[in-house]
Amino acid sequence: MSKRIDVKDLNVYYGSFLAVEGVNINIEAKSVTAFIGPSGCGKSTFLRTLNRMHEVIPGARVEGEVLLDGDNLYGPGVDPVAVRTQVGMVFQRPNPFPTMSIRDNVLAGVKLNNKRISKGAADTLVEKSLRGANLWNEVKDRLDKPGSGLSGGQQQRLCIARAIAVEPQVILMDEPCSALDPISTLAVEDLINELKDEYTVVIVTHNMQQAARVSDRTAFFNIAGTGKPGKLIEFADTTTIFNNPSQKATEDYVSGRFG
Amino acid sequence: MTVTAPVARKRSALTKGQLPAFAPYVVLAVALVLGAAILALIGFNAFGWGLVSAILFAIGLVGWSALVEGGRKASDKLATCLVVGSFLVALLPLISVIWTVLVNGIPGLVTPGFLTTSMNGVTGSLDNKSVDEGTKVLGGIYHALLGTVQITLLATVISVPVGLLTAIYLVEYGNDRALARAITFFVDVMTGIPSIVAGLFAAAFFFALVGPGTKTGAVAAVALSVLMIPVVVRSSEEMLKIVPNELREAAYALGVRKWRTIIKVVIPTAISGIASGVTLAIARVIGETAPILVTAGFATTINNNVFGGWMASLPTFIYTQILNPTSPSNPDPSSQRAWGAALVLIILVMLLNLVARLVARLFAPKAGR
Amino acid sequence: MTTNSLTTSRGAGRAGDKVFSGATLAAGCLILAVLFGVALFLVIQAIPALVAPSADIQGGHGFFAYIAPIVVGTLIAAVIALVIAAPIAVGVALFISHYAPRRLASGLGYVVDLLAAIPSVVYGAWGAAFLAPQISPAYGWLASNMGWLPIFQGPASATGKTILTAGIVLSVMVLPIITSLSREIFLQTPKLHEEAALALGATRWEMIKMAVLPFGRPGIVSAIMLGLGRALGETMAVALVLSSGVLTASLIQTGNQTIAAEIALNFPEASGLKVSTLIAAGLVLFIITLAVNMIARWIISRHKEFSGAN
Repeated sequence: MSKRIDVKDLNVYYGSFLAVEGVNINIEAKSVTAFIGPSGCGKSTFLRTLNRMHEVIPGARVEGEVLLDGDNLYGPGVDPVAVRTQVGMVFQRPNPFPTMSIRDNVLAGVKLNNKRISKGAADTLVEKSLRGANLWNEVKDRLDKPGSGLSGGQQQRLCIARAIAVEPQVILMDEPCSALDPISTLAVEDLINELKDEYTVVIVTHNMQQAARVSDRTAFFNIAGTGKPGKLIEFADTTTIFNNPSQKATEDYVSGRFG
Repeated sequence: MTVTAPVARKRSALTKGQLPAFAPYVVLAVALVLGAAILALIGFNAFGWGLVSAILFAIGLVGWSALVEGGRKASDKLATCLVVGSFLVALLPLISVIWTVLVNGIPGLVTPGFLTTSMNGVTGSLDNKSVDEGTKVLGGIYHALLGTVQITLLATVISVPVGLLTAIYLVEYGNDRALARAITFFVDVMTGIPSIVAGLFAAAFFFALVGPGTKTGAVAAVALSVLMIPVVVRSSEEMLKIVPNELREAAYALGVRKWRTIIKVVIPTAISGIASGVTLAIARVIGETAPILVTAGFATTINNNVFGGWMASLPTFIYTQILNPTSPSNPDPSSQRAWGAALVLIILVMLLNLVARLVARLFAPKAGR
Repeated sequence: MTTNSLTTSRGAGRAGDKVFSGATLAAGCLILAVLFGVALFLVIQAIPALVAPSADIQGGHGFFAYIAPIVVGTLIAAVIALVIAAPIAVGVALFISHYAPRRLASGLGYVVDLLAAIPSVVYGAWGAAFLAPQISPAYGWLASNMGWLPIFQGPASATGKTILTAGIVLSVMVLPIITSLSREIFLQTPKLHEEAALALGATRWEMIKMAVLPFGRPGIVSAIMLGLGRALGETMAVALVLSSGVLTASLIQTGNQTIAAEIALNFPEASGLKVSTLIAAGLVLFIITLAVNMIARWIISRHKEFSGAN
């Protein structure tokens, strides 16, 4: 239930603006990879190219290859919708569907695609997904209440449950804790640690302690200046990045000396 | 200036040179008394009393302020008087219209059979008889009510899909392309088409297509659609725009196709606003007279077929009953029916407005535990 | 590359996307087609009146001799409506945005919107049955005291069914349009500007003069233009209130006619060339209102921040 990602010479554009340049990275299956770097360095943009969410923005496009277990996401005839069922995503701000109950939110990926599912199978899937997101015990008595009534941390875990209910190979997380308080953040971080047993997890974070806590490998992105493209500077084991980086820029960044 | 006086018991320096707080009330009382006195000289009526008192009040307050507070404060007071006055003036016609319709409309409305009979067989001589012998006024608005419902329903059936789909195009697919900008511009222009021109268009269209003199409820419905579509587009567009982009992205990230995302996520989230906008659009066209006048003709009998034959509607019923009374020598029964119909029409429109507000509130996505 | 697991997806879903986006595009194009059709069909049906010999047109002097007085009548009625409605509407908008207590403001806005909800035929009936008789003594007074002005030349109409009454009824109908748009613009005045003026010791009126009105001026102008568009095309208020006649300068005598009322009064019984003549008149009205509305929209679009009003 998890696949590796290999990125080859990827350039990411907004219209004619080159936002991220020349990324080569190999992400192992069943691991947690963190992207760190200053604001605007393109780490979120790059993350969104891994499930073709980037092109949702008008004018956005990509050059290069992203291989999911050898299959190119950007190959001819590839359906972005099929890509997204295999590579799920969790966003910065929790975004449960306001018109749906907690249960329907978990089943959203199934129901919105009009797949037939028996009630028993749906119940099993809801429980499995919510348990997988460490949310089952908190919401099992109010599955028919609106998802927007939950706390921020619970909403974010509901969004994770919604993502894993589609049974993806990879889960992308775009600063999933930046809108949460410390206790909710802890709950989500614990969850990430459990998720890597089954999924390939890629997480963008501004918080270096978080990257150090949850990830196996860390990629550092940087930008030379405004208007210049973001680049992948260094990619290594998390302990290496934080204790013994090979690049000066990485060392400056992780030690707080910016520049 | 040395501050040696005891702090208490002294008028604050900050309120020095101001009119006391009770000043407006004093001026108002004086103005009312003076106004009554003046009106008593030239013949009293309530409207004149209000008007004269208001003018006296403004002069008195502004003049007093000019003496005590100086020109700047006085002109501020003058502006306040004018602004508040204009609001009160704007309320006058509203109150007057509603009052006139209530007073004149209730006798017609409470006449037995008014809502359940048509004008079929009601002639001038019957009206003359009701005036001369004091019998009850015959005839009702059933045919007109039925016509209004049918025409408006058909117009809604045409307008809502077209309007909603266009709004979806503009918000979800348009991406500020030239075509989208052209549509936005012309929708704005369309909101300004005079209703009678919309009627003439539908008439001209069907004259050219079916044959000269084609007048049916369907032609009227097309005319009303021309007026209704831009309203539906604008309100739906606003509602779709405020659906957070995050919800669309959440659905895409689950591997949901764009059209399913729109149908299952975006529209349900915006549905309360869209429904309320559609209801307001219906309220707007249900009272339109001119387009129906030139497209559906007049009928005095019940017509159940919106696609064939002339059809009555409430607004045209009111119009013809006032302009061409059934009995030219005794217009009172006709005018009673017209006001009764006007009351029904206003109640319909107000109900639709109320429903629109309720829909907007009831179906809004709830955030509750 | 061999079998790519990502391409073998449900083709039906993709077709759904195409069908749906195509449908929305078609709906958008349909609207453009309708507007184009309005112009086209009006022109086609109007041509016979434009090419017919002068003697065949009502009045016997050709189409332009027929249309000119009612165009002028339309303009007179619309101008009266605006002269009355515009200052009051701006005042009402200011009242709701800057004078009324916050908690009442939205409710008061709703009350003004009710004015817009009342059907035009009801206004017409009200104007004819209530306003005209009530106001006719005032016309008598105007005729005897200000009769030296051409617009108040006597003898005043005894019924009060004059172009001035029609204009007053029209002003009630355009007032909510101007008010709602102006109100929206006044509410968008940058709070910083307002507070800067107040911090300088300005009174409320001085603050409005310094911050609110300059900011809202283009918006007010376009609101008035939109009100003008409505007043030009409004039918019922005039058809029911005015007892029409030839073009006269006096506003308090019977006489004058507007395009919309002329069509409404004559179209139901018209046939043959008369239909064409009236449709041509409608075309003229369409062009005039189109021009007015496009100018108004143009002013709004130059100031994008005022969008969202209609």
